[in-house]
Amino acid sequence: MSDIKITIIDRDGASHEVDAPTDMNMNIMELVRAYELAPEGTIGICGGMAMCASCQCYVVNDVDLPEKSDDEEAMLSEAFHVKPNSRLGCQINITPEIEGLVVELAPEY
Amino acid sequence: MIKTDILIIGAGPTGLFAVFEAGLLKLKCHIIDALPQIGGQLSELYPKKPIFDIPGFPEVLAGDLIKNQMEQIKQFEPGFTLGERAETIEHQEDGTFIVTTDKGTQHHANAIAIAGGLGSFEPRKPVIEDIEFYEDKGVEYFVKDPERYRGKRVVLAGGGDSALDWSIFLANVASEVTLIHRRNEFRGALDSVEKVQELKHQGKIRLITPAEVIGLNGSEKLESIDIEENGAHRKLETDFLIPLFGLTPKLGPIANWGLEIEKNAIKVNNALDYQTNIPGIYAIGDVNTYPGKLKLILCGYHEATLMCQSVYQRMNPGKKYVLKYTTVSGVDGFDGTRKEAEKAVVKSID
Repeated sequence: MSDIKITIIDRDGASHEVDAPTDMNMNIMELVRAYELAPEGTIGICGGMAMCASCQCYVVNDVDLPEKSDDEEAMLSEAFHVKPNSRLGCQINITPEIEGLVVELAPEY
Repeated sequence: MIKTDILIIGAGPTGLFAVFEAGLLKLKCHIIDALPQIGGQLSELYPKKPIFDIPGFPEVLAGDLIKNQMEQIKQFEPGFTLGERAETIEHQEDGTFIVTTDKGTQHHANAIAIAGGLGSFEPRKPVIEDIEFYEDKGVEYFVKDPERYRGKRVVLAGGGDSALDWSIFLANVASEVTLIHRRNEFRGALDSVEKVQELKHQGKIRLITPAEVIGLNGSEKLESIDIEENGAHRKLETDFLIPLFGLTPKLGPIANWGLEIEKNAIKVNNALDYQTNIPGIYAIGDVNTYPGKLKLILCGYHEATLMCQSVYQRMNPGKKYVLKYTTVSGVDGFDGTRKEAEKAVVKSID
């Protein structure tokens, strides 16, 4: 299966276009960790259970993403620095449909 | 002063298992944890979630794994200092250590095993200007002593279980309880949500949703807060604001112990015994890092086992020992109990 391109804007504002595998059941939070675009221990703290919001990111471009689950909505309602385009990276699976997605990591807190 | 052989910092699965392996080597353990209960993340974050990669358990709930581990180490009578954070370490001339918690409890140990996971859990503080100034002057992140709030006006902020539960509890203590949340929906146990609903109808809890606390006012201490509700701003007088937005782990004071830190984790010697750059201080489980590190519970168990063997050598230089199997040798607890395999019967058949 082929990889797709995803662009991550890190917390310092630098943009990284990376290859993201669609066949390893990975999500955006894991992609950021795999490429070490945020220091370990500052992202994916809960492991990807939508329970900590450390992987909050802002969706920059218009790509069709899966709807937010109740868990994700609830977590974002308790997170900080939330904007209308906020998502939890751990809840966005890497699939061919999100090719070209650009996300910006929310500040660490 | 509490005296022990191995002082374990962190009561998660790795720290608990270390008690067992230490016990087999007749080493006593004492555990410090910042949380009031044992289990670390497994109890705090996901007690009801299943884990599928514990050898021998096709599926086990995180909370049950901790319960089982506690049962497994009961024989070795570990001591616990819970609800306190390990703060400072003093190196003694004889190579031992004294660790003091934020509440002043002192522990004297021959070796330290840091099994702190991602760190000690600290409250997530909302992003509000000057909030640090008002901490302990009206802004509190924990409800430690409910009596403090008797007859006072209290505002709680948050949408999870703790915000709901404390609103319910304080409804009968405080003179006025207000719960502010960014959405109309709350994430909590159904009966807590229903109870808050009921108290709201009785006029015992004021609910302000969807709304957010955006400012704090008061010269000496908190006097009022600014709220944004549906785009409109208003002021609300209060004595206390209790933001309850969950906990986040921070490496905390351990980061100042002179240990080599890399990627928010403690560097250890994985070729040997998971010892840090300071002899006698080990780091095991999610808190450590080394080439190829995997943050898995099962890796933490392995690391704990090797750490204990190393501490034994450190405490008993030159004393001979070979690894024993529990199936063969059984398990002798410090409490006088013994577990062992049933003896085979040797008997002729007529």
